[in-house]
Amino acid sequence: MSIEDKIVADLVKHRIELVTTVPCKQLAGVIEKVDAEPSIYHIPSNKEDEGMGICAGAFMGGKRSAIVMQNTAIGVTINTLVTLTQFYRMPLPMLISYRGELGEPVACQAEMAVHTKALLAQINVPTYHLHKEADVEELDAILAYTFMCNKPVAILTDATFWNGY
Amino acid sequence: MIRSEVIKSLLPVFADHHVVCNIGLPSQELHLMGDKPTNFYMLGTMGLSSSIGLGVALAQKEKVISIDGDGSVLTNFGTLPTIANNVADNFILLIIDNGSYGSTGDQPTYAGMKTSLTAVATACGCENVIECQAEEAPATLQKAIDSNKMTVIVCKCESGNIKVPVITMDPVVIRDRFMKSLEARNA
Ligand SMILES: [Mg+2]
Repeated sequence: MSIEDKIVADLVKHRIELVTTVPCKQLAGVIEKVDAEPSIYHIPSNKEDEGMGICAGAFMGGKRSAIVMQNTAIGVTINTLVTLTQFYRMPLPMLISYRGELGEPVACQAEMAVHTKALLAQINVPTYHLHKEADVEELDAILAYTFMCNKPVAILTDATFWNGY
Repeated sequence: MIRSEVIKSLLPVFADHHVVCNIGLPSQELHLMGDKPTNFYMLGTMGLSSSIGLGVALAQKEKVISIDGDGSVLTNFGTLPTIANNVADNFILLIIDNGSYGSTGDQPTYAGMKTSLTAVATACGCENVIECQAEEAPATLQKAIDSNKMTVIVCKCESGNIKVPVITMDPVVIRDRFMKSLEARNA
């Protein structure tokens, strides 16, 4: 099973029926699989905070949701994470491509990478860093944890995890 | 008519429909004049009323009305193409366009100048976009509800505010009663 297939199978296993995505080269494969999965409604967003709003609505409408996004957007989603997702106590798995880590060819990406974990820690978002391909085995437990505690949870996936991009 | 008068005139049309209400004064006015479990009040995140409402509409069958403002739509412009391309016929976006940022002291917005939100929504691909004047709001909203078609209403009104208390209800309570009401209605 490819890493992308395993991720989508876990989303389905945890009854996630709506996924919003903002693209990243590293996530292209998983976005394609999400789009092709019949039990998931795939709704591309134009901005990550917009996507978090859609996810909050879907949750209140009775459907579990998730967001797929790049770490460079963490800064613009702080207010939404704090005053919507956390304030109203809603679960939100965030599958995040962790650009700017080992293997990164674009220097500018490292600038945001050094702030990524600090920003998530500052707002108390439980954060998991998938670095080796085998780390994908943790996703199942991370998703269970997210819906157990009703929190936004960050899953950072770096270039080594994706075996480059 | 100012926004609070528009909201007051719409209360009988909202009836028992689920309403997602924009942050600040619109939520405070709706809360003061007609608080119900079917109302979801936004206490933070300016701009996301339309996104939250669309999410609720896509996830279940009941009708959802998002009350938005011109300033808030301007802050989340990306929402209009998303709405246009993900049609939910149980969703109505009601933009109360008073040409100003009401909750922050009536600073003028671009929607009150050269920018037409009606034209923008249409250009984004939204199919049923209706502009109306404040006095026509109840009839326009009722027609949109009866049409069973996803509709964007841009309701033009005057700028101005009344004094209203802030909402002190706990956000989890707001969310929980809204969810339970939706769940019961979808059962
Ligand atoms: Mg306004």
